[in-house]
Amino acid sequence: MLVLIGILIIIAGFLLRFNPLLVIMASALATGLAAGLDIAAIIAAFGKAFNDTRYVSIVWIVLPVIGLLEAYGLQQHARSLIGRMKGATLGRLLTSYLLLRQAMAAVGLTSVAGHPQTVRPLVAPMAEAAAEAKNDALTDDQREEVKAFSAATDNVGLFFGEDIFLAIGSILLMKGVLEGYGYVIEPLHFSLWAIPTAIAAFLIHGLRLRRLEKRMMKKEAGA
Amino acid sequence: MITLGFVYVLAGLTFAAFAFLGLRDGSNPKRFGNAAFWGLLAVSMLAGDRLSDFGNGLLVLALVAIAGTGQIGRAPGGDVPADVQAERAERHGPFLLLVALIIPAVALAGTFLFKWLPGLADPKQATLISLALGVLIALAVGMARLKPPPLLPLQQGRRLLDAVGWAAILPQMLASLGAVFALAGVGEVVGDLIGGAIPEGSLFGATLAFGLGMALFTMVMGNAFAAFPVMLAAVGMPLLIKQYDGDPAVVAAIGMLAGFCGTLMTPMAANFNLVPAALLELKNPYGVIKAQIGTALPLLAVNIVFIWLFAF
Repeated sequence: MLVLIGILIIIAGFLLRFNPLLVIMASALATGLAAGLDIAAIIAAFGKAFNDTRYVSIVWIVLPVIGLLEAYGLQQHARSLIGRMKGATLGRLLTSYLLLRQAMAAVGLTSVAGHPQTVRPLVAPMAEAAAEAKNDALTDDQREEVKAFSAATDNVGLFFGEDIFLAIGSILLMKGVLEGYGYVIEPLHFSLWAIPTAIAAFLIHGLRLRRLEKRMMKKEAGA
Repeated sequence: MITLGFVYVLAGLTFAAFAFLGLRDGSNPKRFGNAAFWGLLAVSMLAGDRLSDFGNGLLVLALVAIAGTGQIGRAPGGDVPADVQAERAERHGPFLLLVALIIPAVALAGTFLFKWLPGLADPKQATLISLALGVLIALAVGMARLKPPPLLPLQQGRRLLDAVGWAAILPQMLASLGAVFALAGVGEVVGDLIGGAIPEGSLFGATLAFGLGMALFTMVMGNAFAAFPVMLAAVGMPLLIKQYDGDPAVVAAIGMLAGFCGTLMTPMAANFNLVPAALLELKNPYGVIKAQIGTALPLLAVNIVFIWLFAF
């Protein structure tokens, strides 16, 4: 039971907003000590694991390409693509964004969109405008809910699209962990098994977006 | 034959270039910290296999010390002005999207090609090697057509990485923590706790415990990456895969997605749930989480049923 102290340290450290890297290291040291390892052995074990899992961090080699494309206006182009979807209602607008976000994440374009890049400057204002078009008496609470759903839609699209891409960190992690148990599995298998959940996420969240649209069309009489 | 070593060298050289360019960036008050951090990561990529385990451990301690004492920062500005970007997007828009698509296209095509033509590249690492090749091809195509200043991709890439900061190695650190947890037997202890709650011989009970455990543990840790090795060791591997002969790819892939449902419901995943609430100036800091719970809970149920249906 004593080895669970590492989990407690993680919870406390995150709640108290210490630097997560420090929290992780403290958790590793405490867990190792609780299991009866000496400090040098824990450091060596952590170092070996860090070296063995370097492939988790190699995704950053894409940054020079993304940096080049963004300097030449990739984000603006992506925005104008989304902006061309005219005549959209709130439900259709956010559902289209959900689909686009899932599709882009599924081909590895996770950072083309995001909260600072697309949600704040584009999706949330467009969603608000779409809601206003149907209801000229939108309350502050309704406005807040539309904005919150814009951010939520980005997260759902990202989370349940990205695991379809072969070389995303979580897939490489699964591959690495299973290899530790002697199961060598190609990333493609993990990718394929992410598809049913991606479809379910689209249906469930899409349905909720339709209901959001209905709610936002109601002029709140007393509520 | 191309191996993963080639990708590590490429990554090492990229991080080394980021470190070098960062060191020369006088506008960043924390340039020495940044240069040391990316420089150490370059050493890890280039020479990690030649260091002892303890040496690698000391390297990690140094990375943690630099990040933990707040020595990493980013230079202000450096963005290409928005009107210049808009004007360039007008001219190059479709080409930019095409180049962006080269990376995933080559990653996918290479994965099949290297299977089909063995001997060119290590087939076990085909995807990662193809990803690296895709980066090189996309960079070459982009440079040939756009003709930017030669250092622009590395400078802009460095700016993007500086913006991510120490969080860039968070997934790798959590994966390593998972290894220490495994060594200390944390999975077995959590497994005993959860295992005691699973009705003996109930396949659905074990599946339910695995899915719920992934979501709950992810909420606690703020990250499905950290929950995955523990829950796999506790329930996934001994019960679902070994005892009930479940397909490991299904258990892992959909189990991870059950964890993602937890990510939607926790303030611990600050960058997804709390930061956007602040960015959108919501009155309720938990407004985004509130909007997500209605999707996360039914989707978690669906994931648990999917594992039960598809893995056995």
